[in-house]
Amino acid sequence: MAMDSDEVEVAGIQFFGKMSASISHEIKNVLAVINENAGLLEDICFMADRGKPGDIARLKKIAGDVKDLVRRADRIVTAMSRFAHSADEPSTETDLGELTALLGLLAMRFAAMRGVEIKTLAPSDPVLVTTFPFGLLNLLWTCLDCAMKAADSGKIVEIVAAKTTEGGLVRFRRLEQLSAASIADIALGRLSALPHALNATIAADETKTELIVRLPKAL
Amino acid sequence: MAEKVLIVDDDKAFLSILSERMRNRGVEVTTTASPVDALRIVETQSFDAIILDLMMPEMGGIEAFQRIKEKSPELQVIFLTGHPSVSTGVDAMKLGAVDFIPKPVDLNELIEKIKQAKVSRAILVEKQAQAKLKKVLTEKNR
Repeated sequence: MAMDSDEVEVAGIQFFGKMSASISHEIKNVLAVINENAGLLEDICFMADRGKPGDIARLKKIAGDVKDLVRRADRIVTAMSRFAHSADEPSTETDLGELTALLGLLAMRFAAMRGVEIKTLAPSDPVLVTTFPFGLLNLLWTCLDCAMKAADSGKIVEIVAAKTTEGGLVRFRRLEQLSAASIADIALGRLSALPHALNATIAADETKTELIVRLPKAL
Repeated sequence: MAEKVLIVDDDKAFLSILSERMRNRGVEVTTTASPVDALRIVETQSFDAIILDLMMPEMGGIEAFQRIKEKSPELQVIFLTGHPSVSTGVDAMKLGAVDFIPKPVDLNELIEKIKQAKVSRAILVEKQAQAKLKKVLTEKNR
């Protein structure tokens, strides 16, 4: 199904921009620490040139720190690559477990800024639906944004994907402050065309502490 | 006399290594990863400059800046950010920040800014002292 609504396209561009800015910020932070480590090595070399050799243990620690930073940057760039490629196909078989894990990575800094912890619980088996992955990420991000505002007193939001007879669902759990208004904000508000375009339904569970996005097996 | 700075950044790895390099250059450094802690620290200690990350959990850099300025208007604040944009930089400067430096940081440039901030602060403190003295003398002469 083509996502041709202007509203959906504009929301998609805004979403892409928001995530790209956040990712670039993360990368900048890692580069800043790598830069300081390189600077520290220069300082050590400078002192060694003046007859004060560097401590080998200190040098090993710097090497280990830089390797850790490279791994951290690699995780960020891998997530960025997967996010960028989510827009490749308007309709493709997608594992909701993998998609929610990616959502958790993309949202990590936003959550940290709000003092919220996101726990993405991996399903035991793949939860496959045929959908537009980028559009679905956009919808799930909007739900997560709402869920973070409604998080419980421990400031934790759990995300879990599961199979259903119709296709699959994604639950956002531990939402003590979930209100009808916040659900309407997603389902009927500024992104009303997105659930429609994805044939998704959004509702609270009976305890009003979970936000559930239900998806068909195929668009 | 060594420059005295407070660095506030939620990235502890960055804080640790930047402060080590600054100490190697003779700068007296205090660090905290918490802007709330920073507000407590500036109540009890004085600094030539505060290096403040713009985006932090707990409290954004702009809010922390405004609250620091309320407590100590003479404090000189330099913003650091991994998220540089012209509008944010302009906002920070409009509020009265000394400078706005993007990450990764050029340490020589940062230390130069700190030295300038130290001079600006000394001038400001001197002006405040003169104004206070003038007020006392005016009241005495009434």
